[in-house]
Amino acid sequence: MGKRDYLLTAILFVILLFGLWIAQNYLNAYIIRILNTAFIYVIAAVAYNLINGIAGQFSLGPNGFMALGGYTVALLMLPVVQKQQVYFLTPLIWPFSVITFPSYLFIVSLILGGLIAAGGALLIGVPTLRLRGDYLAIASFGFSEIIFVLANNFIPLTNGALGIKGIPEYTNLWWTGGLAFLTVYLICSLVNSSFGRALKAIREDEIAAQAMGVNPFRMKLMAFTLSGFFAGVAGGLFVTLISTVSPTLFTFSMTFNLLIIVVLGGLGSITGSVVTAFIFAFLQEILREVEAPHTIGSFTIPGIPGMRMVAFSALLVIMMIFYRRGLFGTKELSWDLIMNLFKRGKPQNE
Amino acid sequence: MNEQTQTLLSINGLTMIFGGLIAVNDFNFSLQSGDLAGLIGPNGAGKTTIFNMITGQYIPSKGKVVFLNHILNGLPPHEITSLGISRTFQNIRLFGNLSVLDNVMVSFHMGLKNSFLSAMWRSPAYVSAEKAMREEGYRLLEAVGLAELSREEAKSLPYGQQRRLEIARALAIHPKLLLLDEPAAGMNPHETMDLMNFIQKIREEFNLTIFLIEHDMKVVMGICENVAVMDFGIKIAEGTPSNIRKNPKVIEAYLGVES
Repeated sequence: MGKRDYLLTAILFVILLFGLWIAQNYLNAYIIRILNTAFIYVIAAVAYNLINGIAGQFSLGPNGFMALGGYTVALLMLPVVQKQQVYFLTPLIWPFSVITFPSYLFIVSLILGGLIAAGGALLIGVPTLRLRGDYLAIASFGFSEIIFVLANNFIPLTNGALGIKGIPEYTNLWWTGGLAFLTVYLICSLVNSSFGRALKAIREDEIAAQAMGVNPFRMKLMAFTLSGFFAGVAGGLFVTLISTVSPTLFTFSMTFNLLIIVVLGGLGSITGSVVTAFIFAFLQEILREVEAPHTIGSFTIPGIPGMRMVAFSALLVIMMIFYRRGLFGTKELSWDLIMNLFKRGKPQNE
Repeated sequence: MNEQTQTLLSINGLTMIFGGLIAVNDFNFSLQSGDLAGLIGPNGAGKTTIFNMITGQYIPSKGKVVFLNHILNGLPPHEITSLGISRTFQNIRLFGNLSVLDNVMVSFHMGLKNSFLSAMWRSPAYVSAEKAMREEGYRLLEAVGLAELSREEAKSLPYGQQRRLEIARALAIHPKLLLLDEPAAGMNPHETMDLMNFIQKIREEFNLTIFLIEHDMKVVMGICENVAVMDFGIKIAEGTPSNIRKNPKVIEAYLGVES
């Protein structure tokens, strides 16, 4: 049983690698960009699902953590010459003004970005996760707003609203795809371990979980900090994909996007988040159509920016009315499930 | 059976005040290891409040709870659990969306030595720990007769089996003292008989001290060796079931006074 699953996962991994190679070499830049975005969404959404879906603690802060990771990576990877050009009004403060990581330290900068974001998560997790209830939502929302204000106003570090341009574009499908696969593997392992069971127990009934010896504060803090770490990595990948970072890149709408992905995929289903992250990234492009101006007969509808979000919000409402548990509910897409699809009709015995 | 009995739990002057309401007033009780004691009383007498104070859900206003030389007052519930006290709840509190086996395995978490990082990269040490937990959980389910339901969702079980699973989950922490809060609530006479046998069986098998709250007099009189009776937050009687049954104060509390 376990052996077959390992084998199939290994085969999937090889297929994925081959797919990435084909995509990177033969697909056009537009599709590659969408795929990159999709993989980044996968990382951020899976991390967000860990705290929102698995642990059942409602956080509204992933955009803040992504911003922390994004700015960290930007400041570490931007060449010194470029830094002098970008920070022409107010010079960049000391340690960052002289250091630049060579390209082979890109992974180190991503990890550091994740760690800084995890530090931010720890900072708001320690006081709020001791409490039961919605305090985390309020505190994490406030935190991400503080990050936004800091990014706008702490000009010697962030260059304010002008943002940072010319970040080397290290991110390619190998990075995003590889790290997405790794993130999913690590978080799935955690969710299926004793730690995942403890987190789900807290989600189901915190009082009972604590009575069975689970320390809810420690478990929630672990999940929240890990979630912050991977959000930071996703933020770092994102800025090196689009080669620029500014405060408006990681506004609350980023959290809203992730919330749509996680809820549509099923709160508590990691594989659900992976599937919907891809759907979301492609839909976002397909739905550009509704924002473009249209002419029907003699009647011209002007393009309305932001219509895409209206479409997504409508989708979310429809989902909540007719299919409240999301695409997968709390179930995971497993090899057993896929095999059962093929064997349907035959009597099922384990 | 035990040649040497030892005081496992002693409760001294335990008092709980909610605002102006004295829910429990100056409650004294002690349990020797190996005891099977009952706590009875009309609704609202403060029985569950006492359980909640022992297990740390409530912090007592006054008084002291001592368990094997540890003072429990002020400890958080999970630390009290790790000392070896586990409980069930009056209104069943299972992890409804988790499987029956997972419900039991949650209780093994506090004994896990590995870090979350080793679980994330599935280190060999963690994988074997997980396997051991799974086997032990399965053994426990076999012992309580739920093994063939191990993959079902807990919320899909019939009521009587949910009660049984809740007891199994409490047993999984390897308790020295098991607190059962109305284990027979909502059961028919047949299920109640099963439950009484089940409690006797696990008591022997797991070498337990049991303290239970119950409304069903048949259960209390049938299996408890020592019974405390409460009314309006005050302990009005304590003794063997036969003595309790004759105690005028108890009769008064349950049936009212003749005028």
